[in-house]
Amino acid sequence: MKGAMELSALSPVRVAAWAVAAFLALPLLVMLPISLTPHRYLSLPTDQLSLRHYASLLEDPRWLASLSDSLIVAVAAAVVAVMLGTSFAVGAWRIGGQTQRYLRPLMLSPMIVPPIVHSVAFYKGWAEIGLLDTYIGLILVHGMKGAPFVILTVGAALANLDVRTEQAARSLGAGPFRALFWVILPQVRPGIAAGATFAFFISWDEIIVALFITMRAVYTLPRRIWDGLSDNIDPAIAALGTLMILATIVLMLMNAGLASRAKHKS
Amino acid sequence: MTVAAAPAMAGPEARHTRRLRNPVFLGLLLAPCLFLGIFYFAPVANVLVMSLTEPSVGLQNYRLLFESGAIHRILGNTLRVSSVTTVTTLLLGYIIAYGLVRVGPRERNALLFIVIASFWISALIRAYAWVAILQPNGLVNQALMGMGLIEQPLRLVRNELGVVIGMVHYMLPYAILPMYANMSGIDGRLMAAARALGASRTKAFCWVFLPLSLPGLVGAGILVMIFSLGFYITPAILGGGRVVMIAEYISIQISETLQWGVATMLATVLVTAVVLMTILMSRFMEVGGTIGAKGKKA
Repeated sequence: MKGAMELSALSPVRVAAWAVAAFLALPLLVMLPISLTPHRYLSLPTDQLSLRHYASLLEDPRWLASLSDSLIVAVAAAVVAVMLGTSFAVGAWRIGGQTQRYLRPLMLSPMIVPPIVHSVAFYKGWAEIGLLDTYIGLILVHGMKGAPFVILTVGAALANLDVRTEQAARSLGAGPFRALFWVILPQVRPGIAAGATFAFFISWDEIIVALFITMRAVYTLPRRIWDGLSDNIDPAIAALGTLMILATIVLMLMNAGLASRAKHKS
Repeated sequence: MTVAAAPAMAGPEARHTRRLRNPVFLGLLLAPCLFLGIFYFAPVANVLVMSLTEPSVGLQNYRLLFESGAIHRILGNTLRVSSVTTVTTLLLGYIIAYGLVRVGPRERNALLFIVIASFWISALIRAYAWVAILQPNGLVNQALMGMGLIEQPLRLVRNELGVVIGMVHYMLPYAILPMYANMSGIDGRLMAAARALGASRTKAFCWVFLPLSLPGLVGAGILVMIFSLGFYITPAILGGGRVVMIAEYISIQISETLQWGVATMLATVLVTAVVLMTILMSRFMEVGGTIGAKGKKA
């Protein structure tokens, strides 16, 4: 906010904001100590630390199998989401007008419709066409759930792009496909990258559809965590959670670093 | 929040290009729509229609909305937990969003980092952490008993309190980011002017800042309400089967009691509520605005 008055060191505004931030950070901060407990049940370590729960992640082949399932599904889903989302965003940008104004909310609906509703729908629908418990079945759903995020990020990147760049390319003799791949897409690469990241995470974290449409053949990481939560609460999940939190924070810092480097360059 | 793409298409040349619609770009626009039509909307429509045909054709499933005590309880739980969650989230979110616009840039980056980090961490992992913190021999109870403040552990989880704590934690980033975007657009000099004209600090806030921040507040509130109504993971884990909301109830109808008619009727009610609220929300903020802004910044 421009022209705001300076806050004093212990002003109530600052103290209250940090108190809420502490509430936000608390669950992330407790994962590390829990994961180091020497006990087999969910507890805080009292006199000694142990890495046994990290070891159990590596020793139990089911965790690694789920990790690879999750990676396969999330990468493929991000590809599907980028193809669907970019295609729509470019088409909408170029065609414009009423058509896209009515189609856009429909294309965004996988983001708005409560997951339980489309989970029931896919459970029924995929059973009819034999896609239950297959990689393709889960990838399709996750890809469609990720597409709205790509539409939003690529759409925002295209909004900064002058329509005439495409017209210039066309008037210099480029066909529509050439103009698309050599002129339009390279200029919205950051939007595509941001959308792909969103789509990857949507799939990586998705549990409700996975609970409904996968059983044995495909068993993603959230599905495995869910099982660990419902029987008796397994501290190995805290070890996995700690690793996931660390990975997320490293990625965020890398992303922030890239963004500030890009800013310095331009 | 981002501005729509419309200005790029103004002036006489724009009208000219609109006439030159290229079939390739029309195809790019329509192919994903066709894809979603077949693989998304057809299955969803199919189950929504089932609410009128299972077990027999008619409105008998919808009659349960008025007659069934169990369904009244579920709807009551859903509305109560969602409302409490929304109000609490807005209050806490407003505090941090207001803090974000008032503190210096370094402190702002630190606060934003915490907000965005918790946004990206898996909902499952966070629900697990809350169980660890709130359970009878969890962190909070151990700490309170260690200090001698309580003798019996407090019941903080497997009840509505636990569900609300977990849901508020999940929803906060969704409320903070749009409210912060809205508040960053408010000119701080207006507050300074109000103060210079003799308004007290509280008066300046209530009569100048608060009204200007209302669109962000209302938009964020509707967004949180939309997510809360259909929320499944956190209520199921932190409620421990005692606080069943509509999403978990639908899931039980499908996987345990096989009552497709009741489940699809409730799904239809849920979708209708969410669609109406999304239309209402689009009057206050652009749907997915903060996500679009991310693509722009990157």
